[in-house]
Amino acid sequence: MVRWFKPVIFLACMGPVFRLGWKAYAGLLGANPIEVITHSTGDWTLIFLLITLAVTPVRRVTGQIWLIRYRRMFGLFAFFYACLHFTTYIWLDKFFNVHEMLADIAKRKFITVGFAAFLLLVPLALTSTSGWIRRLGGKRWQALHRLIYASAILGVFHYLWLVKADVRRPVEYGAVLGVLLGYRMVVWARSPKPQAALASAKRNTVLQT
Amino acid sequence: MLIKKASDISASEITPKGLYLNRRAFITAAAVAGVAAAAIAGFRELRSPSEVAHANAKIERLQKSSFSTTETITPYKDVTNYNNYYEFSTDKYEPAGLAKNFKTRPWTVNVEGLVKKKKTLDVDSIIKLSSPEERIYRHRCVEGWSIVVPWVGFPLSELIKQCEPLGNARFVEFTTIYAPNQMPGQKIPVLDWPYVEGLRMDEAMHPLALLCFGMYGEALPNQDGAPLRVVLPWKYGFKSAKAIVKLRFTDRQPVNSWGKSAPSEYGFYSNVNPNVDHPRWSQASERRLGEFRKRPTLMFNGYDQVASLYSGMDLKKDF
Repeated sequence: MVRWFKPVIFLACMGPVFRLGWKAYAGLLGANPIEVITHSTGDWTLIFLLITLAVTPVRRVTGQIWLIRYRRMFGLFAFFYACLHFTTYIWLDKFFNVHEMLADIAKRKFITVGFAAFLLLVPLALTSTSGWIRRLGGKRWQALHRLIYASAILGVFHYLWLVKADVRRPVEYGAVLGVLLGYRMVVWARSPKPQAALASAKRNTVLQT
Repeated sequence: MLIKKASDISASEITPKGLYLNRRAFITAAAVAGVAAAAIAGFRELRSPSEVAHANAKIERLQKSSFSTTETITPYKDVTNYNNYYEFSTDKYEPAGLAKNFKTRPWTVNVEGLVKKKKTLDVDSIIKLSSPEERIYRHRCVEGWSIVVPWVGFPLSELIKQCEPLGNARFVEFTTIYAPNQMPGQKIPVLDWPYVEGLRMDEAMHPLALLCFGMYGEALPNQDGAPLRVVLPWKYGFKSAKAIVKLRFTDRQPVNSWGKSAPSEYGFYSNVNPNVDHPRWSQASERRLGEFRKRPTLMFNGYDQVASLYSGMDLKKDF
């Protein structure tokens, strides 16, 4: 791809946080700014998780191999927005009262799964470098990074269990996630089983998920 | 070993260079266009804050009330742009726009059930039943935010007396208008429409219970429940039914819409109570709009004078 393509995508991924920052600065976040920031960063975390999970299916279906080069960036942006989301919660909702936060995590189902979804992303972000891929070895690295499936599922439930009555948005996220994970299950079911797979495993390259 | 010669690949199988370059150019152009479109849309949105100006008719000769709080009143633009009004939308920022053309005249209220005589009252005759008061109340949403609003109205008891309920009437049920053509949210079965709420008679007759048709010295904006609503400051906001078209008196506890939707989460009483959490979140504190820090939530939202209504009741059970 063109050389300036990556910075452009990077800036586009920063768009939501720039927009929030500007709106906060200009006083355009409405009556309940903290609620807007919480919901927006949460939404973008889920969106980036789904974009990250869409890379492989879209690449396979369209044959656009270059897409793989953006997967790590999308994944890290999911983590970036998750960090902002978590910071909003612990700062603007709990005011760094760790005791209260832990009580919340233990007591509130939607916080429990949300926090779990966030924790699962931490090792993935830490081991996202080429160095870590080498150190862990492709197979193990790949197995570890399948945690993103669990994180995304928990993230959707986090949203679903939080809304009062209108479940349309979380169900939409859930449907997209279902398609993306369903695609993988179909591929997995159709792939050659053990004996054949063993033979072909050697020929597979590291990053072919 | 067989070594293929270059000639094994027929010329027709090779993608023409032009097409190959075109594809790249196309993807690049699409990406640039996408980013540009997003930027323009974002820029537009950033430049047009949606604010609703005061536009409603003034209400003259307002009486002050000893029930009013001296706390800072929430700005008008917040109370009119941040509305939980699911009949219009589940997004709190949308009712302001969606309710713009909502028709509040002609408007009648049906009085039914255990009453001396069923009747239909016109909203303008109801409003004239008593002299309007300004009541500055705290208003606490079950979601954990609160506002301070200068409502305009008079005691709900004035209307109830006019309805002449029978001695065996123990509850009063309020029904909100069902008008899916004007209220797009009613086309979506998020709740069982029309919206129904209810009170025990002694709650409804309590002097704090307000029949409301205005705020900030003006007629009630559509997105805040025009033309007629109730305001029950010691209960979570959803108990204060908006756009009321029916009062039904009954001897059985009404089933309110939120209670029907999630009985374990929204009780019939729904008194503000910091000691009884919503099953999914704490009710111990709240965010007053405009304030950075959260503040502790008060029992009955600070309206202790209603406590006697519930003496002897286990408010953890009858939440």
